[in-house]
Amino acid sequence: MDMLELRGIDKVYRSRGKEPVHAVRALDMAVEKGEIVALLGSSGCGKTSTLRMIAGFEDVSAGSIALGGRRIHELPPARRKVAMAFEGYSLYPPLTVRENIAFALKSAQLPRAEVARRVDEIARLVEIEDILDSYPRAISGGQQQRVSLARALVRDADLYLLDEPMGQLEPQLRAVLRGRIKSLLAERGMTAIFVTHDQTEASALADRIAVMEGGILQQFASEKELKGRPANLFVASFIGEPPMNLLDASVTRSDGGFRLSVGTEMGFDIGGAGLDSEAAKVLAGTPQVRIGIRPQKIAVGTGDVRVKVVSNQWLGDQSHVAGDCNGRMLIAVTPGRVAARPGDIVPFALEPRHLHIFGSNGACIRHAEVS
Amino acid sequence: MEHSSLAGRIFRGVALTLILIFFMFPIVWIFLMSFQTNEQILRIPPRILFEPTFANYEALISGQLRTAAGNLQISFMRNLFNSVVLSSAAVLLALLLGVPAAYAFARFKFRLGESIAFTLLSFRFAPPLLVLLPLSLYYQELGLNDTYFGIVWVYQLIALPLILWIVRGYFEDISPDIEHAYRLAGHSWREAFTRIAVPLAGPGIAAAGLLSFIFCWNNFVFALILASADKQPVTVGALAFVTASGIQYGQIAAAIVLSVTPTLLLALYAQRYLVEGLSLGAVKG
Repeated sequence: MDMLELRGIDKVYRSRGKEPVHAVRALDMAVEKGEIVALLGSSGCGKTSTLRMIAGFEDVSAGSIALGGRRIHELPPARRKVAMAFEGYSLYPPLTVRENIAFALKSAQLPRAEVARRVDEIARLVEIEDILDSYPRAISGGQQQRVSLARALVRDADLYLLDEPMGQLEPQLRAVLRGRIKSLLAERGMTAIFVTHDQTEASALADRIAVMEGGILQQFASEKELKGRPANLFVASFIGEPPMNLLDASVTRSDGGFRLSVGTEMGFDIGGAGLDSEAAKVLAGTPQVRIGIRPQKIAVGTGDVRVKVVSNQWLGDQSHVAGDCNGRMLIAVTPGRVAARPGDIVPFALEPRHLHIFGSNGACIRHAEVS
Repeated sequence: MEHSSLAGRIFRGVALTLILIFFMFPIVWIFLMSFQTNEQILRIPPRILFEPTFANYEALISGQLRTAAGNLQISFMRNLFNSVVLSSAAVLLALLLGVPAAYAFARFKFRLGESIAFTLLSFRFAPPLLVLLPLSLYYQELGLNDTYFGIVWVYQLIALPLILWIVRGYFEDISPDIEHAYRLAGHSWREAFTRIAVPLAGPGIAAAGLLSFIFCWNNFVFALILASADKQPVTVGALAFVTASGIQYGQIAAAIVLSVTPTLLLALYAQRYLVEGLSLGAVKG
């Protein structure tokens, strides 16, 4: 069952004397009960606007929001049954940390013992037991962020919205908390949406990731799907570290299939067999395409593409080799060490089956084969 | 700043003393004058040492002004009472109207919002005399002339812009997300305003209220034109001391001491808020 359903959401900010800003366009999204969803995108892509519309601090310009079968987009925030952790923490300054966390529970008139038990439990989870009696201004940014997170998670709500929930935390703590929060959410079947621009965090915490850019939902899928079958050029280049290599190629027909040529150095034969009829039809009408290949799929030391090494970094568990091929930059990632210095000529192997092919409008024509 | 050197410390002490004398002298002199008779005051050269008399205060409190030309009735205590009533009522009304307005200007962008806020501020630009003539004509038509309500209303020209702009700066300092968090926890917009925004802006509201109280208290010209004797505050009432038989310096001084005391005490008590409120408002406003 869908817990949260966004239908045709539009958000336009209008201010006098300025061009209206179309922050979110025609957003459709359905989140299942117990699912954890990440809204991933660069700054200004509309992810926080989306979150705030669900919480009710921004009106929707068009569209509807349903939560647990209730149409909530016309309700005041107080009646939406949504909990939120804010990016700016937004703790109540005159209250102690403990009172901040207990606040909503007390408002809901839970028995005192129950409130205390829940506050202690959540405080242990995010490691803030020792500052429970401090005031917000006396604790660090990272601690405030954890209090804000605790204040949201301690509540009983249909949906938990977390805006950059771990942005201020140290890397070790972040990894630990990610795990704990994920198991807390899973254990209680809590539905959550969090905003992040950190891919690692999105992959680690979320069941599905919604990639947004320019106010448009680009793709909403699992991390594996996003990596293996990116819907368009944006998702392909945005997801994955280091980013996918992208090259311009011209399309010519060859016996039974197509030949994609990148300058004179690289040519790939895409056979009829590896191409469904729809993709073949599109390719036949497209003289120019962009092809993408993941750095992890480029083999170093074999193959017929000769590149001049620009840099070779050993990261402790993998090598990143950047090479120049007649002005085109290619990055390859291999698990072992590579004995190449900048300036050396090294062969790279790019196999046709690993190519993602994108049309001139950015939409994916063919995905790489899953190996 | 660190002033560790001896010369620096001495210089600072001397400079502070000079400034203090410069600003405090008139007040001290008035205070001394209020315990002297007119003859003692007008003596040349003036003397610091004199035999104090409470005659001035007695005259003010009893309402009997004895001059060379005979006894005069003055209503100083009535004026003082009027000042308290008018200023308090004006500030109270301005707070009731101004604080929600300041919140609206800080939180919501609406059509003509900035223009309205600026128009309210512009009431402070024009000299009061400019608006007084039309205002007194209107007041006669409306029957507001010589009423407490009429004067309290016109005092809004002084108090409302001040409160609006100072408190607005305070509200803008508070992250709206604090109120959002409160509203998500099951509270209405109104509760977020009264339980979160207003308490957090408390020092600013107190400072703005105090300042506008002082400005209202010191106002002269509005009440001079729009009110008759029994509604006039001390500032206007002091005119009664300019009599046919000369100016009653002693009583004027005593009247000043009495009329300054309430605001001075209030300001001393709330000094901390006042400075904080003004500086924050100035930076963020």
